[in-house]
Amino acid sequence: MTDTALPGTIPTATTRPLIAGADHPIVAFCGRLLREKPLGAIGGVIFVVFLFCGLFADVLAPYAANETNMAARLQAPSLSHWLGTDHLGRDLLSRVLIGAQLSMMVGFLAAGLATVVSIVLGLLSGYLGGKVDMAIQRVVDAWMIFPDLLLLIVVVSIVGSGMPQIVIVLGLLYGIGGSRIVRGGVLTVRETMYTHAAQSMGARTLYILWYHILPNVMPVVIVLFTTRVGAAILAEAGLSFLGLGVPPPAPTWGGMLSGDGRTYMYMAPWLAIAPGVCLTLVVFSVNIFGDALRDLLDPRMRGSR
Amino acid sequence: MQAYIIRRLLALIPTLFVASLIVFVSMRLIPGDVIDQMLAQNDVATSADRALVEEALGLDQPMYIQYFRWVGGIMRGDLGNSLWHNTPVTAQLAETLPITFQLGLLALVVALTVAVPIGIYSAMRQDTAGDYIARSFSLLMLSIPSFWLGTLVMVFPSVWWRWSPPLEYTPFFQDPIQNLSHMLLPAVLLGLALSAVTMRMTRTMMLEVMRQDYIRTARAKGLAENLVIARHALRNGLIPVITLIGLQAPLLIGGAVILEQIFVVPGMGLLLLEAVFARDYPVISGIFLVTGVAILMINLLVDLTYGFLDPKVRY
Repeated sequence: MTDTALPGTIPTATTRPLIAGADHPIVAFCGRLLREKPLGAIGGVIFVVFLFCGLFADVLAPYAANETNMAARLQAPSLSHWLGTDHLGRDLLSRVLIGAQLSMMVGFLAAGLATVVSIVLGLLSGYLGGKVDMAIQRVVDAWMIFPDLLLLIVVVSIVGSGMPQIVIVLGLLYGIGGSRIVRGGVLTVRETMYTHAAQSMGARTLYILWYHILPNVMPVVIVLFTTRVGAAILAEAGLSFLGLGVPPPAPTWGGMLSGDGRTYMYMAPWLAIAPGVCLTLVVFSVNIFGDALRDLLDPRMRGSR
Repeated sequence: MQAYIIRRLLALIPTLFVASLIVFVSMRLIPGDVIDQMLAQNDVATSADRALVEEALGLDQPMYIQYFRWVGGIMRGDLGNSLWHNTPVTAQLAETLPITFQLGLLALVVALTVAVPIGIYSAMRQDTAGDYIARSFSLLMLSIPSFWLGTLVMVFPSVWWRWSPPLEYTPFFQDPIQNLSHMLLPAVLLGLALSAVTMRMTRTMMLEVMRQDYIRTARAKGLAENLVIARHALRNGLIPVITLIGLQAPLLIGGAVILEQIFVVPGMGLLLLEAVFARDYPVISGIFLVTGVAILMINLLVDLTYGFLDPKVRY
């Protein structure tokens, strides 16, 4: 039975089982992205550059992130220190690069966890319906009335700040919020003919969820994942800025804009530039890339955020 | 309409119940050693002091009793006392909440005055250079973290022109001008982030409305384009934008926490941060709860306004 090409469902490449087919559909998709959404493609490229910087930060960074050199304090950008140095003589370029690594780690881990949580909750709620749906949705309702940042601050104040805590809290936070979007997708797919056919053939629930429902909500999930990477990076930076993120001396972008660095910015304004530009660029690239993905993958979500 | 309001209020009860559980449970997650830490920060602490703190936090009772005592207290308007200042949390909230509210309201005004005209312009000149610039600007605004923009505003004017924004808070009713000169900058920064989303929404809604038949009719009867927009398009296109404002309330409050810190605005956000660093849990849970309820109420109000503005929605 093929579950593609039904009118009103999401067609083509993504309708196959999760594990298979990574090679040519992706290349074809990149081509489509480039042709139809050049701005989104630019976003994707910027993001990949930052991802590359993050992955190879240890090799690319000319100095160690926390290597102090009091003889070279607060130096303006120069050939030996492309982005200048901070009040402890640490090389700003190296710190920004390692910062990219931290940001990408937080972004991908938190968004990954969030996606898993969203999928599990969304599938349960949307497919099982009834009382389960009712109960889950009331919790989601209540959860969503609290501002993200506030929840983060409160939870971090209880469990303490550090990379694992932040990833887990962000993952749960976005996971619960995003489950509603997955649920919406599941509700549509649940009523399609191929799902009904599988049900009437007596397929087990898990089988239907894995082979019929999940592949068809994948476009929603992919878009969700992409936007959450950006959101998590921004949230971590905000927390670090408030002194509640990954603790110093870890060179987080948010942390570099606050704390000790802040007092020296008046003498060395370049300290205020690089981390903010990186943060903005990453979030900007994720935003436009995510928008393009949404338009291409899931026309129903067009215009929503 | 009345029946609708009552139904809406009843529907709030389960949400409020679960929300109160979330706040309650998160406060119970406070590990025991935090109490030790609190005592250690204090001067000489004995085990009697520990019992006192546990009592103040209500930790010596069984869970469900703690919960009902806590909820009962909230019903009477008692959110407990601050652990450090020994003042009621409600008093602290009453002092700081209006300040944050003013900041949020100013930000909203800024956002709407920036976003709505640009959104309309963008929709009227769809796919022109102006539209393109406006949309890029809105995407950029969506991406710039407010704390970075705040930092730039603090640092660069000071470096270039030896001018830095005023950081001294004056109550509005004491000296409105002084007050605004302090609050305006954080409000603009907060409003810019909000304006990005509002602008996109305004544009989308206007484009949607301009395709409707009644717009064609209005044009066909020879109405001037300005009147078509003002009288027919705007009134219908802007209604969904109001819903968006409700959805953005959490973002507004979250942003306020950061901007209050940068610009030393003594609002609820600053209170929260101080409480977090002092591990003042009654204050934290109080703010947590009040924010949740406030957002629920804002959304309810938005929904009701929606019904009031849109004659098609009658309950």
